[in-house]
Amino acid sequence: MTAQVTTASAEAIAPKRKLGRAMTKFLKNRSAVFGGALVLLFVLLAIFAPLIATHDPFQTSFTTIRKPPSAAFWLGTDELGRDIFTRMLYGSRASLMAGVISVTIAVIVGVPLGLIAGYYGGWTDAVISRITEALLAIPFLILAIALAAFLGPSLTNAMIAIGLSAVPIFIRLTRGQALAVKTEDYVEGARAIGLPNPLIMARYIFPNVLPPIMVQATITVATAIIAEASLSFLGLGQQPPNPSWGSMLNTAKNFMTQAPWMSIFPGGAIFLVVLGFNLLGDGLRDALDPRDN
Amino acid sequence: MAIPTLFLVSLIVFGLQKLLPGDPLLTMAGEERDPAVIEFLREKYRLNDPFYMQYLYWVRDVLTGDFGNSLRTGVPVSTLIAQKLPVTIQLAVMAMIFALLIGIPTGIMSAVKKGKAPDYAANAIALSGVSIPNFWLGIILIMVVSVQWRLLPASGYVPLTEDPIQSLRTMLMPSFVLATALGAYLMRHTRSAMLGVLSSDYIRTAKAKGLMPRVVVLKHALRNALMPIVTLTTLLFGELLAGAVLTEQVFTIPGFGKLIVDAVFTRDYAVVQGVVLCTAVGFIFMNLLADILYILINPRLRHPQ
Amino acid sequence: MKKLIISLLAGVAFSSAASATDFRIGLQEDPDVLDPHKARTFVGRIVFTSLCDKLVDVNSKLEFVPQLATEWSWSNENKTLTFKLRDDALFHDGTPFNAEAAKANLDRARTEPDSLRKSELASVDSVEVVDEYTVALNLKQADATLLAQLSDRAGMMLSPATFSGEVATNPVCSGPYKFASRVQNDRITLEKFAEYRDADDYHFDRLVFRPIPDSTVRLANLRSGDIDMLERLNPSDAESVRGDTNLQFMPVAGLGYQGLTINVGENPRASGPLNKDKRVRQALQLAIGRDIINEVVGHGLFEPAQQPFPPASPFNSEKFPLVERDVEKAKALLKEAGHESVAFELTFGNNTTSSATNELIQAMAKEAGFEISLKPMEFAAMQQEMQAANHEATQIGWSGRVDPDGNIHQFVTCKGALNDSKYCNEEVDKLLNAARATPDVEERKQLYDQAQAILMDELPIIYIYHQPWPFVASNKVSGFEPSPDGMVRLKGVKLEN
Repeated sequence: MTAQVTTASAEAIAPKRKLGRAMTKFLKNRSAVFGGALVLLFVLLAIFAPLIATHDPFQTSFTTIRKPPSAAFWLGTDELGRDIFTRMLYGSRASLMAGVISVTIAVIVGVPLGLIAGYYGGWTDAVISRITEALLAIPFLILAIALAAFLGPSLTNAMIAIGLSAVPIFIRLTRGQALAVKTEDYVEGARAIGLPNPLIMARYIFPNVLPPIMVQATITVATAIIAEASLSFLGLGQQPPNPSWGSMLNTAKNFMTQAPWMSIFPGGAIFLVVLGFNLLGDGLRDALDPRDN
Repeated sequence: MAIPTLFLVSLIVFGLQKLLPGDPLLTMAGEERDPAVIEFLREKYRLNDPFYMQYLYWVRDVLTGDFGNSLRTGVPVSTLIAQKLPVTIQLAVMAMIFALLIGIPTGIMSAVKKGKAPDYAANAIALSGVSIPNFWLGIILIMVVSVQWRLLPASGYVPLTEDPIQSLRTMLMPSFVLATALGAYLMRHTRSAMLGVLSSDYIRTAKAKGLMPRVVVLKHALRNALMPIVTLTTLLFGELLAGAVLTEQVFTIPGFGKLIVDAVFTRDYAVVQGVVLCTAVGFIFMNLLADILYILINPRLRHPQ
Repeated sequence: MKKLIISLLAGVAFSSAASATDFRIGLQEDPDVLDPHKARTFVGRIVFTSLCDKLVDVNSKLEFVPQLATEWSWSNENKTLTFKLRDDALFHDGTPFNAEAAKANLDRARTEPDSLRKSELASVDSVEVVDEYTVALNLKQADATLLAQLSDRAGMMLSPATFSGEVATNPVCSGPYKFASRVQNDRITLEKFAEYRDADDYHFDRLVFRPIPDSTVRLANLRSGDIDMLERLNPSDAESVRGDTNLQFMPVAGLGYQGLTINVGENPRASGPLNKDKRVRQALQLAIGRDIINEVVGHGLFEPAQQPFPPASPFNSEKFPLVERDVEKAKALLKEAGHESVAFELTFGNNTTSSATNELIQAMAKEAGFEISLKPMEFAAMQQEMQAANHEATQIGWSGRVDPDGNIHQFVTCKGALNDSKYCNEEVDKLLNAARATPDVEERKQLYDQAQAILMDELPIIYIYHQPWPFVASNKVSGFEPSPDGMVRLKGVKLEN
């Protein structure tokens, strides 16, 4: 019997009223507001990096190599004597973009494909599923090197590579949810009264797909920020001497015991940004959930 | 059903490899760049043939069970796969067990105690799990557990059949490291799905009927929260089968990940092709498993309209 | 579960895994094919050192010493090289080593279509069996490099009975250890060859070579006791290793170098001022502080290099002292060449050490007016770009050879296989070809000095530092002497318990 009740029974609610209520609900949610503030803070830091920076991000100095945090260098210096605080500020631009844009690419490509596959089923599903499997099986590295070679080395192309590699998981998650929901009575009902398929997908299926997508998207931000660093190694991603958090971490691993501050601060920043996005995501999820109070 | 996928995968990978910059023989030659030898090998490995002929030769060989030899070491690709598949499977299974053991209970607890201390703690731990690069965590673990405490070996792989205890000991840290991020994914999804279910009408009804909370949680809610968890678990397991490059590298485990990365960097075509084919089978199998599990969870899916 | 944990941890007692007579060496890469005539990698040579004996060996002073040959002599105007062979050497399959076997191997190395030793043995016209234990090499012309080639893979001897087998995956040689097994990317295991003539001087039952590419991880494995020795420590760890009483740090200056290869040929990418005007290259050299790179990135291990020959080599000339950093002079030279600032692209194969080196070069050169854009690349792609002359300047190294010819000839002669500068100067070609055929050290040095005088002025390659081989061993290891060729010779090496 339990099988008949399913994950969600999202009734259609007039969109505008819903949005206003969601906003109030979101603002009441302290952890969501905190998460939003955290994200906003990092975005502002990235935008105003040149104004806040205490040093030149590229200025090497042979007298200040690997100095621990101090009044002069708030977060210490790196292996070439550059100020870590300043480099992190500038690095936040590449890292935030890598995180957000590649996830956006993955969602924009993956969610519609997953919806179509799950909702229509049959050969549509078969084709999309086979392509997903093929995409999964192709090593990320090959994709990345090929992109670096043909589109040229740049941060944008790194984001495309990371985004593409995250597409399958969004397809599969969306498809799974769509499969579960499409047998619901209210979907069957909508179909019976002759609503067009795209509308059914948008209004009845999509809201049920949203929670896991939100969770996946906010958490993939972290993976993407870290992946950017491994790509700069291939000539994709941020190019030296321009910093990104991921590439700073990469360098820092050679100095883990001698200069722990080189890894702790970029690592901590990734954590805070991801925390921010996740709390924000949770808040949005709660706010948009019509049943929660 | 698997055939079109395998065909598609092999064609794409073959094509991509040919498009990659870098010449396999030049790469292989390294410091020993003898033009005559390079030309001889180019003929020998049919690299002068048109692309489609190379592909057809490869397909023909594979159909007769010959995956070719590693260009770099001369070892047959089938031997390489036979050597590394058990390692990869063992690592994947252990990591997934850890991840499920960590992720699902904490996810449930977090949802049930939403907005309370355990929820915050679980979230913070999970998110640090994804924020800490595996490489970093791995090295820290080696330095503490292997170098300082001398509790577990820092590296190496012992087959399960040879010495089960030692085998588990060498795999303990790597599978744990992998499980931190995987567990975090699972935790976050479990929490979200559980929250969705717990707030739905039928759970409230169940509570109102006076059913014990634990029964409600486990029997009703979890069952319905399973969809995304199944999707995620099968997909992540497939990815584990494709190799966990950084973790393998830190703990020097001879799995698929390191094999394929090395093969890509040295343009060892035959190895890349063979391993990718093998992992494609893994993904197909895991997707099939997911579809079967969906039906078990939601029997309505058995009768599509 | 509890029981399991206890039993897992209880494994500790017998955990430091290896039995007393295993010796485990951490390598930076996984070797390639184990056929000495077709092998390419530096790490492969480390394995061969224990697996395959050669006609002659080099000692730590880079002098030739007997191995399978007991003595050798030149005759016929340096066109015949005759080896007396030892009569007590056996291959691992039990067959004896003799002049026939030596000829078979040299002929195999000279004729197999995919032998990479062909160019090394190009001067050999024929190999002649004089008697059971004497073999003579008849040369087309005098070749001063030949003995050095025979002290490396070209002089390694395989059992001729196994030529038709799978040499690449199951080599049968005559060294102190024989091949046992290999798991690609994981380990190569050799076993002691009990019938080896000096078997008593080799104290391990098994050698295990473990490729562990990340240097931090390699060091952690040494510290945890999972390996006994490693090659190529990351310089950034030098400090902490020196302070660790459980480890011995044994750096040795190698035979190779790292440098900047500048495209000076006739091709589209060689059109900038750096490529066209030697004064700009000279200015670049003046802008780079080699000692600063040594201090900051090399932590004292990157000995500044001005010439391709290692400091220990008799061919390293006092006529070309290190050019010190002089920013003002560099600026003046640039001005003389008509430039306020010069921009160029510097390519490098990416890893953290080379990345730091190049970022440092970029910062130093900027002070003299160079705008360098850095282009990190994956190694395979970079190699192809270099060969295709599709680069402006590239930072790359050379692992080095015992004979000076190996460090210079193929890089700067017009048709050199590794001439990625696309440099071509008939005078240099003439001098270097003559040096090849001149056995007398003093005379040969004169020729190299003349060639270097031209090269130092035109600078197709700016040498930056000599490649070190920093070995680290557990302090249980005794009797190991690091040698400039970077090989691990295990005669007399012991491991105490």
